This record gives sequence, structure tokens and C-alpha cells, in this order.
Amino acid sequence: MIEALFFYVFSAVLIASALMVITARNPVHAVLFLIMAFFNAAALFVMLGAEFIAMILVIVYVGAVAVLFLFVVMMLDINFAALRVGMKKHLPVGLFVGAALFAELIWLYLSWQGSAGAAERVTMPTPDAAYITNTHALGHVLYTNYVYLFQISGLILLVAMIGAITLTLRDRAGVRRQKISEQVSRKPKDVLKIEKIATGAGVS
Amino acid sequence: MELMHIGMQHFLVVSAALFTLGVFGIFLNRRNVIIILMSVELMLLSIQVNLVTFSAHLHDLTGQVFSMFVLTVAAAEAAIGLAILVAFFRNKGSIAVEDISSLKG
Repeated sequence: MIEALFFYVFSAVLIASALMVITARNPVHAVLFLIMAFFNAAALFVMLGAEFIAMILVIVYVGAVAVLFLFVVMMLDINFAALRVGMKKHLPVGLFVGAALFAELIWLYLSWQGSAGAAERVTMPTPDAAYITNTHALGHVLYTNYVYLFQISGLILLVAMIGAITLTLRDRAGVRRQKISEQVSRKPKDVLKIEKIATGAGVS
Repeated sequence: MELMHIGMQHFLVVSAALFTLGVFGIFLNRRNVIIILMSVELMLLSIQVNLVTFSAHLHDLTGQVFSMFVLTVAAAEAAIGLAILVAFFRNKGSIAVEDISSLKG
């Protein structure tokens, strides 16, 4: 009963936030609604017993990806009103396609039945949550059975980082930088001069 | 489908609705690249809900592992997409992607 209430509250807020993301006028509002959608999806994941994925969603999606979106939205001076032109024109076709897609997916999901031998064909059985936490169980599996995929996903992130830096790094003229080799190879006789001053006389 | 006892199908309906909203968002906001990127993130989130739902109800950890890789790829793609957007904006001054036609013969 309480579980059903929690599920309906989280799902309703999730779907409402997703709707607001795509129809918001202000881009900052759209990103904030996306953040709310991620939080509610993380709550749904906790309900399903996948608490590691839920926390990773909050840390990575909300903490990195959504913040990145916010940076870009706030940095670029975008005329949002000019970009909403033509929205009404595409609305009927979009509604029709969306409704058809939703109907097909619902029909598929509500008539889904597991096959007879599905229980013994489970690849990585989830251990009982009373003995081992979800994080621990994922750790058992991720670094042993799925180690190649794990390393490849690390490579994907490396390539993404290099790509993002390459795309946006630019050399500006007139920026002063330190040349460490010049600093280190400086000799005292090039920059220092010892002068003998008589006592009481100043330096002119 | 019962209303009080939450089973797999309830979560799958949520996943379908999220995916549909993502597709609908791309349809509506054709000129606005940032909303398109956010709609893609919504679609990927719906796929993760789907994967974790099946993982929970089939007692199989594979769904959760795959969901983590989807998350990795989604983060990488968001970073690259936004870097392209920033580079484009620096050159053009607006993010209307209909204006990219300088290679058109």
C-alpha cells in the first residue's frame, strides 16, 4: 500500500518533470526539471533494489551531466524565443507519433510473458539482499565477468574527454605564460650586479 | 494490470512514457539543440529504467551492469554534444542548427 503510494508519487513527478523539460520556455528551468526527473528516477531505482545505480545516477547524472548542461545554458547567450518558432506547427504530427509509439510500447509491455525456461537461463543471478549489498554484488560481477566492457567504457570516457578538450581549447594571443626552462636556466650573472656603495651615500 | 500491487508492468509503463516524451521533445524542439540533447538524455534514462526493471524481476544482475554502461555512454555523449554546441556557438553566434548549410552546393 505504502509502496504503491511511493511508486505513484515518484512516477507522477518523474513524468511531469519530463514533460516540463520539453516544454519549458526558460532553458534553466528545463535543466532544473531534468535534474528533478533524474532524482525521481533514482528513487524508482531504490524501490527496485538497485541502490548503487540510483546513487550513481545522482552523482554522475545530476552532479556532472546536468551541471554541465547548466554551465552551457548559462554561458551561451541564447535567444530561446526565436528557437520556439514553429513549435505549434509540429505539434499534431509529434502528438500522433508519440501516441502511436506509446500505444505500441504499452501493448508490448502489458502482454510480455517470460519464457518457460527463463529462470535457469539467468546469466548473473542476483544474490539475496540480506547477505550481500547491491554494490557488493555488482562489484563481484563487474570486475571479473565484465572486465573488458568496464575497460572499454573507461576508454570511451577518455576519448570523450580528449574530444571535448580538442573541440573547445583555443590559443589566445597575448596570454602570458611561464617558461619554466627559461626560469631554471637563468644565471645570476645575467640578472644580478653587485655594486659597492660608500656608507651613507644612496643609490642613484 | 492491478493498481495497488506494483509489479514489473508498472515500471515498464513509466519507461514507455519517458521514452515517448523524449521522442516527442525532439519532434517539438527541432531548432533547439540543447533541448534535443536533454530529450536524448530522457530517452537514455527510460532505457535504464527498463533495464533495471527487468533485472529486478528476473533476478539477474546483467541488466544493472548494462544500465551502468548506458550511463557511461550517455555522459560521454552529453559532454561531446555540448562541446560541439559551444564550438558551433562561438563561430555562428546562435544555436539554430538550420543555419548550418555552408557546405551546401
